[in-house]
Amino acid sequence: MSSVSPRSPHSAVPAEAVPAHRSATFVGMPPFPDAARAATRDSQLRHNLRKATHTIRDKRDTVVSELDDWSELRAAGKAIKDRTLRHLDHYLERLEEAVTAAGGTVHWAADAAEANAIVTGLVRATGERDVVKVKSMATQEIELNEALAEAGITAYETDLAELIVQLSEDLPSHILVPAIHRNRAEIREIFRDRMAAWGAPAPDDLSDDPRALAEAARVHLRERFLRTRVAVSGANFAVAETGTLVVLESEGNGRMCLTLPRTLISVVGIEKIVPTWSDLEVFLQLLPRSSTGERMNPYTSTWTGVTPGDGPQEFHLVLLDNGRTDVLADTVGRQALRCIRCSACLNICPVYERAGGHAYGSVYPGPIGAILTPQLRGTASPADAALPYASSLCGACYEVCPVAIDIPEVLVHLREEVTARPGHLGEKAAMGAAGWVLEGERRLGAAQRAASAARGLVPRRLPGPGAAWTDTRDIPEIPEESFRSWWRREGRHGRAETEGPAPGQLRDDPAERAGRGEDGGR
Amino acid sequence: MRIALFITCVNDTLYPRTGQAVVRLLRRLGHEVVFPESQTCCGQMHYNTGYRREAQRLAVRFVETFADADAVLAPSGSCAAMVRDNYPRLGEPGSRLDRAVAELAPRVYDLSELLVDVLGVTDVGAYFPHTVTYHPTCHGLRLLKLGDRPYRLLREVRGIDLRELPGAAECCGFGGTFAVKNPDVSAAMGSDKARNVAATGAEVLCAVDNSCLMHIGGTLERGRTGVKAVHLAEILASTEQEPARI
Ligand code: SF4
Repeated sequence: MSSVSPRSPHSAVPAEAVPAHRSATFVGMPPFPDAARAATRDSQLRHNLRKATHTIRDKRDTVVSELDDWSELRAAGKAIKDRTLRHLDHYLERLEEAVTAAGGTVHWAADAAEANAIVTGLVRATGERDVVKVKSMATQEIELNEALAEAGITAYETDLAELIVQLSEDLPSHILVPAIHRNRAEIREIFRDRMAAWGAPAPDDLSDDPRALAEAARVHLRERFLRTRVAVSGANFAVAETGTLVVLESEGNGRMCLTLPRTLISVVGIEKIVPTWSDLEVFLQLLPRSSTGERMNPYTSTWTGVTPGDGPQEFHLVLLDNGRTDVLADTVGRQALRCIRCSACLNICPVYERAGGHAYGSVYPGPIGAILTPQLRGTASPADAALPYASSLCGACYEVCPVAIDIPEVLVHLREEVTARPGHLGEKAAMGAAGWVLEGERRLGAAQRAASAARGLVPRRLPGPGAAWTDTRDIPEIPEESFRSWWRREGRHGRAETEGPAPGQLRDDPAERAGRGEDGGR
Repeated sequence: MRIALFITCVNDTLYPRTGQAVVRLLRRLGHEVVFPESQTCCGQMHYNTGYRREAQRLAVRFVETFADADAVLAPSGSCAAMVRDNYPRLGEPGSRLDRAVAELAPRVYDLSELLVDVLGVTDVGAYFPHTVTYHPTCHGLRLLKLGDRPYRLLREVRGIDLRELPGAAECCGFGGTFAVKNPDVSAAMGSDKARNVAATGAEVLCAVDNSCLMHIGGTLERGRTGVKAVHLAEILASTEQEPARI
């Protein structure tokens, strides 16, 4: 991640600036297969993830299947995003004009360092040392909290799951439910042990009842909302025609942050733009059903610049590029910018369900992370090069994606980018050799005969890379004879039992093609 | 009808009995089977692992081998899907490969499509007196969109006792080189799938793809569950006179 001076999780932070808090970082995480290995062996984590993903998955399925125009909505969402991305410069200028006209100030940030510097400067100018935050992926992407901490400013997360992650000095593992890897009992422990260091403590007799946990968080946060004068948010959408920003949420904590403080700073990726309110209407249907499995989310907040006497009296919009224009230049990969961060692809993904979010080594986990992170960060490091392979290409993510991002297509495209780099010599040699054998039927036949001749010698457990297979699975027995050799010896002499001519050469009767089965309706 | 068999490299090398079952079944139904010997592999493993050039060369070989075929049967859902879904992405638009693919790909079928859609049969006269559960492989389900075709064929089999597979739509974790590059996640997915299969109480796990069956079957065998993995073709080819060996 390209933020300013990445720190290790345990580096010193000025004690007076940040009370008892550190934050973890994804920098230096091992590549996906290694990180996932530990996760697959953690039975508590496996249980938490399975339960949570299956619950949301089923809810989504129910509310999506009750709409008979879902596929039209999905096609519309895709088309609107594609059109907007094609003319992104135009819509960004319109957005800037509209926001400025409504009394806001627009800032442009090319990368994480610029965005962090802008936000830090804006907070400093207010003279405040605390900010409250609305859950935001963009600010996590740029590691804003860490940058603010270095400037002596404390960022308080107010989304419940985000609060759990922050209190436990943990990392988010899901786009929508960053603490999805935690269960109720673990959350109670975190609240009891950590809340006091950050503000109002949790009651001593806190139970793990969800209502009690929510109440403890409410008490803890309420005091913070009333006291803090600067808020930082992201946005789900930015409507170009009116300069309106939109946040969808479930708890109402976001609305507190968006309305109570005096200064509001919103950091928004440039791809979040939609041209008009009627375009927005499509996404307000797609997003809640895909993300929380609700027909409508409880809170939708919209704000346009500054309204005198009502809400924040100072509004700044930081438009963030941070690699997005590079993604836009890739004709296959750019579809990832359609993403509305609903997390349906995470919830359906069988790999995510077993590996957990941390294994993806980025704030963007799951299938979308596997295609977005390597595009934003490149594929030079082993961890980033492993991400496009963190998928069995089962296609479930593409099927549920509300903006029809063909994630498997982008994964394969990025794999091509990885194999085009130097290295991977062993694999390249193996693929080349397999290609050579397969490019000639005689060579293939010879290889099959060699395998059959050695069939008695193949051990049940293979050494070296083959162990990756035989550690957990038996291998099939190599047959005495390949199909090809059986066909030559015996198969080709048979014939149809009831009708049809004797088998002949494939190409000798083109006339017969006239009667071919075009009735195959699929 | 004359049907060109694309056996696929995995079936050719490891599962010849699936190919033999296909030949027996189609001949029993009165059709002619040809096996163009210049065929090798569809290139799926290369394409999915990021080796596009190797995949392109194998695609060229495929379209040349089968250009004249009336119907091509690929008794592997993922190989049929490779041709229909991914070959169109391999050639430059308007190139010879691209045009050849556009011409040929619609005539490439999975076994259940060939039987139900092209040959118009669901009762193929099979006899298979076993308890069976069906796993609708990802590529069969989501790329080929086979829908209920395999079930329609299985339901007509005499003696069969079909059991519904819980979590059927979920990937088994094979994914070609995924199984080797991410062995732990692959194994975790495989053992969850195997657990669901075992829970049905079936003796036989059926699918349209021997790659998935090799993975789930290998996991079932390692667990000593006694459940056998059998390709759809072998069940449909089985008769009272010539029952499938399981
Ligand atoms: S890729 Fe699609 S499914 Fe995944 S988070 Fe983005 S919009 Fe949702």
